[in-house]
Amino acid sequence: MTEKILMKGNEAMSAAAVKAGCKFYAGYPITPQNEVTQYLSRELPKVGSVFIQAESELAAINMVFGASSTGARAMTSSSSPGISLKQEGISYIAAAELPCVIVNVMRGGPGLGNIMGSQGDYFQATKGGGHGDYRLIVLAPSSVQETYNLTIMAFDLADKYRNPVMILTDGVLAQMAEAIELKEPPSHHNLPRKDWALTGCKGRKPNVIKTLHLYPADALEKVNIMLDRKYKKIEDELQKCEKINCDDADIVVIAYGLPSRIGKSAIKKARLDGIKAGLLRPITLWPFPKKEIQEISKKCKKFLVVEMSNGQMIEDVKLALYENGNEIDISFLGRGGGWYPKPEEVLNKIKEVIGNGKQ
Amino acid sequence: MENNKENKEATLRQVKMHYCPGCGHTIAHRIVADVIDELGIREKTIGSAPVGCAVLLYDYFNCDIIECPHGRIPAVATGIKRTNPDKIIFVYGGDGDLLSIGMAETIHAANRGENFTVIFINNAIYGMTGGQMAPTTLIGQKTITTQDGRDADTTGMPIRICEMLATLGKPAYIERVAVNDAQNIARAKSAIKKAFKNQIEGKGFSFVEVLSMCPTNWKLSIKDACRFVNNEMAGYFPLGKFRDID
Ligand SMILES: Cc1ncc(C[n+]2csc(CCOP(=O)(O)OP(=O)(O)O)c2C)c(N)n1
Ligand code: SF4
Repeated sequence: MTEKILMKGNEAMSAAAVKAGCKFYAGYPITPQNEVTQYLSRELPKVGSVFIQAESELAAINMVFGASSTGARAMTSSSSPGISLKQEGISYIAAAELPCVIVNVMRGGPGLGNIMGSQGDYFQATKGGGHGDYRLIVLAPSSVQETYNLTIMAFDLADKYRNPVMILTDGVLAQMAEAIELKEPPSHHNLPRKDWALTGCKGRKPNVIKTLHLYPADALEKVNIMLDRKYKKIEDELQKCEKINCDDADIVVIAYGLPSRIGKSAIKKARLDGIKAGLLRPITLWPFPKKEIQEISKKCKKFLVVEMSNGQMIEDVKLALYENGNEIDISFLGRGGGWYPKPEEVLNKIKEVIGNGKQ
Repeated sequence: MENNKENKEATLRQVKMHYCPGCGHTIAHRIVADVIDELGIREKTIGSAPVGCAVLLYDYFNCDIIECPHGRIPAVATGIKRTNPDKIIFVYGGDGDLLSIGMAETIHAANRGENFTVIFINNAIYGMTGGQMAPTTLIGQKTITTQDGRDADTTGMPIRICEMLATLGKPAYIERVAVNDAQNIARAKSAIKKAFKNQIEGKGFSFVEVLSMCPTNWKLSIKDACRFVNNEMAGYFPLGKFRDID
C-alpha cells in the first residue's frame, strides 16, 4: 500500500489526473511542463481517456471547454506564456460555471522570459487574468507528494463548485523528483450531479451552455450576483494553509510553493539562534487564507513575505492585515526572473526585520 | 415547417428569428433543422453556436447547444466529440469566426479528420459587428473598412477555404453550396444531409460552405443580394464538391 515511487512534480500531477478519472486532456508543448504531455499522451489512452496535442493553447483550453461541457473531467496544462493565451477561454469556462483543472508551471517572465522557476503569475492566477469578474480556485503545492494530492483534490473542488481550479506551481517543483505514494482518490458519491451537461436532450429539455446575457437588461447583473455569491461561499469554506511554529512567533515568514520549503529551513535556523520565527504557507492562494493570518497577527506583529517575484502575494498579505487597521510590519524578500532564495538569505532577512524592531 | 407549429419534437422552434429580412442565416437554419429532423437525431445532437449574427442559435434550435468563443468552435467541438463519439456534433459559424480569428482551429480540426459536421456561412462580410471586411470579401467589394472597395495589394485575396481544405489528407467531404434560390437551396440541403450522414457513419470531417446573403451590410435589396451571390460570389467561389471519399 505504502510503496513509494520516485516521480517528478510534472509526472505526479499527470498520474493524479489519471487516478482522478480525467477523461480529456489537451495541451501544447512548452518548457518546463513537457513531462505532462509526455506522460498523459502515453497513459490516458490506456484507460480509455483522450489525449490531444492541440494546435495552440487557445485550442487546448477550448477543447477542455467542450469536453467539460459534456460533464467529462477535463484538464489542460501549460507554462506562463501559454497560460496567458488561455485567458479568454478561462473567462468563458468560469462564466459558464464549468469544472476543469488548469495547471500553470510558472516560468520566468514577462515576455518569453526564461525557463527557470518563478512565481510571477500570482496576480494573473488569483486576480483574474482574463476579462470580467470571475475567480479561479488556486492551489499551490510545495512538494511532489502534495502536487499529486492537490491535483486529485482539484478535480473534486472543480466539480463541487462548478468552477475552474488552477494548480499553480513552478519550474523547479515540477522538475524536481521525490518519492511519493500514489494514494487512491476519495469516492465521488457526494459530488453534485451534472444535470447541466450537454449529453443530447433525450428525455429532457435541451441544455444550453452560454455566456452571453443580453435580455432582460439586468440578466448579466444577475449572473454576476450569483457568481459573486458562489465566490463568497468558497472564500468562506476553502481557505487552507500550513502553519509551523506560529503560536509563539515574534516573526512569521509567509511563503508558498518552493520558497516555503526554504523558509522552513530558515525558521529552524532562526530558532537555533534564539529568534522565535514561524512559517505560514498558503495552500489555497485563492481563496487567500486571510483568516489564519489575521489570527496570527493578534500576537505577532512582524511578517516577512518571500516570493520568487517582485512582490505579488504580499499585496494579499497587506490586504488581510491592514483590513482591521492593524499596525503591522510587513517586509519583503524576492525577485522575479528565475531567482530563488537560499536559506541564509531568508535567515539574514529575518534577523534584519527582527533587528529593526528592536531599535 | 409551418405545419409542425405545436410539435415539440421539431428541431426548429416556432419563434420569430432576429435575422434581417433576406438573411441567409434564416435559410441555413431551416435546412440544418430539417436535416436533423429527417435523420431523427435531434435528441443526440449537440450544436455549437458562433459569435456572429448566429450567436442566438440556441433560441431557435431545440437541442443541446454550446455557445463558443469567437473562432474557437472547431476546438470546442473537438472536445465534445472526442469525449462523446456517439453524439452528433455540428459546428455553425461565419467567415470572421471560422476563417479569420479561428482559421487555425478550422484547419487543424479538418486535418485531424474530426468526425463532426461543419456548416460554414460565407456572407463575404462581418455581419454582427456592422459590416467590416471578412477574409472572404470580394476584391472591389465595399465594406466599412474597405470603403473604396477591397484592395488585393493591401488586404490580400479572398480565401477559398474549400480548395484549401481539399489539399489536406483527412477530410471526408467538402462541398460549396449557396442559398440564394430554390434550386441552390435544394442542393444545399442534400449536401448538408450528406455531411450529417457521414458523421453518423463515422466517415470523418465533413464541411459545407454556404454562400449566404447579408442584404443589410451589402446595402442591397433582397433580390439584388440573391443576384450578388450568383453573379459575383459564385464566380470567385465556385459551387461544387471538392472532396468526397465515397
Ligand atoms: C475575441 C473576439 N473578437 C472580436 C469579437 C467581435 N465580433 C463579434 S462577431 C464578429 C464577426 C462576425 O462575423 P462573421 O463571423 O462573419 O459572422 P456574421 O455575423 O457575418 O454571421 C466579431 C469580430 C468577439 N466577440 N470576440
Ligand atoms: S447583418 Fe447580415 S448576416 Fe446579420 S442578420 Fe442581418 S443580414 Fe443576416
